[in-house]
Amino acid sequence: MVAALSPPRILPSGDAAITVEFSRTIDEEANRRVLALDKLVASAGLAAVTETVPTYRSLLVHYDPLQLGFDALGEKLTELALQPLPEAKAARRWRIPVAYGGENGIDLEDVAKALNITPDEVVARHVGGDYKVAMIGFTPGWSYLSGLPGSMQMSRRQNPRLLTPPGTISIGGIQTGVQCLAGPSGWHLLGRTAVRTYQLGRDPIFLLEPGDAITFAAVDEKTFAEQDRAAEAGAFVAELIAS
Amino acid sequence: MSKLIVTSVSPGTSVQDVGRFGAQRYGLVPSGAVDRLAMAAANALLGNTLFAATIELGPLNSVFTAKGGAVRISLTGATRPADIAGTPFNVNTSVTLADGESLNLGVARAGTFGYLAIEGGIRGEPMFGSLAVNARAGLGSPYPRPLQVGDELPVATASSANEKRIDLPAPVEGPIRVVLGPQDDEFGDAKDLFLSSDWKISATSDRMGYRLEGPVIKHLHGHNIVSDGTVNGSIQVPGNGQPIVLMPDRGTSGGYPKIATVISTDLGRFGQTQPGRAFRFKAISMAEAQAEYRAFAELLQSLPGRVHDSNILMLDIKALLSANVAGVAVSATDDNTWQAPQPADAQD
Repeated sequence: MVAALSPPRILPSGDAAITVEFSRTIDEEANRRVLALDKLVASAGLAAVTETVPTYRSLLVHYDPLQLGFDALGEKLTELALQPLPEAKAARRWRIPVAYGGENGIDLEDVAKALNITPDEVVARHVGGDYKVAMIGFTPGWSYLSGLPGSMQMSRRQNPRLLTPPGTISIGGIQTGVQCLAGPSGWHLLGRTAVRTYQLGRDPIFLLEPGDAITFAAVDEKTFAEQDRAAEAGAFVAELIAS
Repeated sequence: MSKLIVTSVSPGTSVQDVGRFGAQRYGLVPSGAVDRLAMAAANALLGNTLFAATIELGPLNSVFTAKGGAVRISLTGATRPADIAGTPFNVNTSVTLADGESLNLGVARAGTFGYLAIEGGIRGEPMFGSLAVNARAGLGSPYPRPLQVGDELPVATASSANEKRIDLPAPVEGPIRVVLGPQDDEFGDAKDLFLSSDWKISATSDRMGYRLEGPVIKHLHGHNIVSDGTVNGSIQVPGNGQPIVLMPDRGTSGGYPKIATVISTDLGRFGQTQPGRAFRFKAISMAEAQAEYRAFAELLQSLPGRVHDSNILMLDIKALLSANVAGVAVSATDDNTWQAPQPADAQD
């Protein structure tokens, strides 16, 4: 006997979007329900739905109110959200190479000091994690991963940096992230990857999907430089190790 | 083929259309015009499709010059002085720049963004179906960044169509309307304070977000929530209690509680509010907001029917006053008021 699913909260995000909220906290089960609802909405062929944005704990559904009102869509989404979850099947898994420390990861030493371990141990723990893309957001390709080992969790920086390099791999709170474009960040920078999670002119433009599994692999600076040139020319660099 | 040359340009000027949709799940925000009604009106004036790419003009002076042929343009949005070689050019009308002629745009007097449309639209390479500039993502065409002096926009050579004017309904006045949520339950009495206070837009605002200045809006459970999706008009409240209204270049997700959302119909009007000018918010029901949404969609569709040749009924009030028409008041239904025109004498 499977426990009945609790109904999500149907929250208005203005007059043309609904937030379907499963949890207020970061919660693996809630994220599974978000991603399952995302697939169900896509396959339900709801003409009024224009696009969906899965996040850790909620699914944002953009819709055209000329075609369907808030109450009717809210009921439909609740109905879909209460369908039994599909069997958890193996997600596709990417191996993402990371050059840790040095210029590529300027916070590695400080993170090691804060955790009272060596920088090598920080790298070993980060590489040892089993991650999942919980959501992609903020800027193109910025992938938020769940699964950071509990022994690496620390609060964000007091002073966010206004500019961090493209490809930055960082940790913040209970998350780790793969950042694609240069931009501001309040997280601790551990390294860089040559992988472009977003690249115009490449097929696909966006490499990672919410729900994908991720493994990190440490590479040296020379390999990073070679991979960076290959990635610039359109190579994935990330390796699909299960699909 | 002609070109429109950027001879001088206000900060915050970029090519914008209705934006690009479908990739918010990958962190790519739609961008697009701040004031969609004004953008669509500019296109309607020239017979373009309503959501063709236009130049969204920042509030300061700009000069655009036609090159290689005549260019037909229209101007809507923020009211501002404008002229071509000293001849005034009015907002909500079209005009043709002869080869080599320049359009001089003054500083916005009411509103922030103007919209300059070009007959036949702007030629460029659509990315995800849009030419809209999103500088952070390196998207937009012909230039993936705000316009700079020396930029050349490829455009169609002007047709011989009559110049037009568009009759827009009187601007809506009153508070900016919002629908509460999605996280209004993160605020207690602060919700009433939010709805009953005067707010001003900070000068540090941009197309990502408008920062508001007013009373401190306190959270019940702190200002960190788990990031979730945002929309245009999401009103998020960070730790300092000063709300930020998210605009078309927002992040697709955010980690501050969102007290309310500006209704779609009022997004353009809100976006045109000048920094420092006091305004208020008003909460309305979802049913009202969606009725307003339908009315706004009908207004957009009505725009082509509101365009008229500008040489018909071009009443110049000053000219009428100086001609002293009012001094010969007549009623078509009362014979006694019919009078022979008085000779132009002492009054002149």
